Amino acid sequence: MHSNQSNNPVEVLTDGTALKVLLQGDIVGYSSDDVLKKINNISSEIKKVVFVPDDLQNWDSSLILLVYNTVRIGKAKNVDVQINKLPKNLQELVNMAFAVDRKPEKGGKTMLSFLERIGRKIIGEFNIIGDVIGYIGEVFVGLLRFLSFRSIMRRVDFYAALEDCGPKALAIVSLISFLVGLILAFVGAVQLQTFGAQIYVASLVTIGMCRIMGAIMVGIIMAGRTGSAYAATIGTMQVNEELDALQTMGLSRVDFLVLPRLLAMILAMPILTMLADIMGMIGGAFIGVFLMNLPYQEYWKYAFNAFTLNNFLVGVFHGFCFGFIIALCGCYSGLTCGRNADSVGAATTRSVVNAIVLMIVVTGIITVICQEIGI
Amino acid sequence: MKEQVIIKAENLSVGYGDYVLLHDADYEVNKGDVFIIMGGSGCGKSSMLRVLTGLLPPLKGSVDIDGVNIVTASAEKMQQIREKSGILYQSGALFSSMTLAENIMLPLQQYSDYSPQTMRELASLKLALVGLKGFDDFYPSEISGGMKKRAGLARALALDPDIVYFDEPSAGLDPVSSHNLDELILEINRSLGTTIVVVTHELSSIFTIGNNSIFLDAETKTILARGNPKELLKNPPNEKVYEFLTRGEKK
Ligand SMILES: Nc1ncnc2c1ncn2[C@@H]1O[C@H](COP(=O)(O)OP(=O)(O)OP(=O)(O)O)[C@@H](O)[C@H]1O
Ligand SMILES: [Mg+2]
Repeated sequence: MHSNQSNNPVEVLTDGTALKVLLQGDIVGYSSDDVLKKINNISSEIKKVVFVPDDLQNWDSSLILLVYNTVRIGKAKNVDVQINKLPKNLQELVNMAFAVDRKPEKGGKTMLSFLERIGRKIIGEFNIIGDVIGYIGEVFVGLLRFLSFRSIMRRVDFYAALEDCGPKALAIVSLISFLVGLILAFVGAVQLQTFGAQIYVASLVTIGMCRIMGAIMVGIIMAGRTGSAYAATIGTMQVNEELDALQTMGLSRVDFLVLPRLLAMILAMPILTMLADIMGMIGGAFIGVFLMNLPYQEYWKYAFNAFTLNNFLVGVFHGFCFGFIIALCGCYSGLTCGRNADSVGAATTRSVVNAIVLMIVVTGIITVICQEIGI
Repeated sequence: MKEQVIIKAENLSVGYGDYVLLHDADYEVNKGDVFIIMGGSGCGKSSMLRVLTGLLPPLKGSVDIDGVNIVTASAEKMQQIREKSGILYQSGALFSSMTLAENIMLPLQQYSDYSPQTMRELASLKLALVGLKGFDDFYPSEISGGMKKRAGLARALALDPDIVYFDEPSAGLDPVSSHNLDELILEINRSLGTTIVVVTHELSSIFTIGNNSIFLDAETKTILARGNPKELLKNPPNEKVYEFLTRGEKK
């Protein structure tokens, strides 16, 4: 039928004072940018735009969008846009798109000045700092309540949390610290061998694991597996309005949600750190004895000689502090979570990132203090 | 006999920061009312409920519950008011780590001196009242959405409250369950004299249970109509209310 069956389903022709938009064939998944540009740039002589569905067959939202935008441009330029030749249902859909009775209003003002935006941002940051301080105070008061036996913490919650960060974490913590001991020994051995001092691998691994590596590895594992779980669990409770329910029942969110997790964590972390120390040393011995052929007894003699109570206790203390950090970050992210599924994901990420950053900062602080007091 | 006012809102503005949803609203709820808060989607019904239950501070104005202004109330006073109110959240908001019975016993443990045995029996009783007899040891994940709502209601009723708040009780329920829940609400209202505040846009509920209401409007940010919904349908004060109450018929 169409002799000039061009591959362009939409054609724009000028006809006196009218602009004709010819539609033919299938208009499916059509990008109307070019056509709209033409319509946008029409000369002032043009008084009306007419849609002519010349053998229009299949169409989808892309055509609705084209017509919708043309009508909008027409309204703005005071040009009459005629769509009455288009299929009835298409006209209805276009009219529906215009039938918004109320514009959503978002946050009142639209554009804020640069200074105002900076101001708001700064105030926002201060508010967060205030929130965090308030939260830490709340937890502190909760701990005091617990110590004076007036807390309403449910013991089952504590046991569940303890089981999760104790027995259930043993395997992964053991495995990772064994491997870290192995790596530490391997890297050290290569260097020490050049001096013929490979037996000191035993000392290196012992000191490294006990003083800091054990605690850091456990901290990172627990932040990833348990801190994030805290954030996700509590965040989901926010989404399900369970936190609202707690608040309206007058139950303390700290006693109910934070304390069991915090107590379990600060109890488990030192023990996990000790386990990591031992597993790391075994990992080191594995390399020393099987790969470097150091005598078994000799290796352990050096390992034990390098072991000092101070180092060990500093490591365990790190673990204890990390426990605090992980539980506090996890619970805080959960409690400040938004009300949709997206924000649970964000809260989880935030809990892990914050915990790791804080752990490193605290490690720095402890190291400096130890240096000063000579441990 | 003069009716006793239990909730009184004065010059109440509700919103979030700069975003105002409602200006200077005034209304009263009498003791024993089934009070409906209705209005189109996004007009701030849930936000109003959050203000009434003390979860969201109002931008301006006061809310008196039983003669206590909850905006300025001390923590102690607020606690007393909370003991006297129950809330049914949209999803039930049951604590998922506890069985249904434990959920219901939680407010009892907090605010009453019953023996553990009595608490358990009370929990069973409340569950039976909402038609969940024998579900004591089920976890929330093991029951359906409608059952969760009923269990949430049982928890809201645990302390024999003076006021129970409902956020969209029939949302997500099949017509029969939704009807049953309405019946249950009326039953509680009649037999216990509990004041009921319901946020809903379910027309059938509005007409069957409501004897007083306010109609919030997002455009004018005001209360467009108030009173018994059946009366409002007979003499609609304006077009918008009529349209809402007749499911979109134009006058
Ligand atoms: N935390 C919040 N911060 C900012 N704005 C919010 C917040 N919560 C809700 N809003 C806004 O307030 C408006 C009213 O929300 P609300 O949930 O009260 O409406 P609603 O009347 O209950 O609607 P629906 O019938 O759909 O439940 C919405 O436009 C929403 O965008
Ligand atoms: Mg709502």
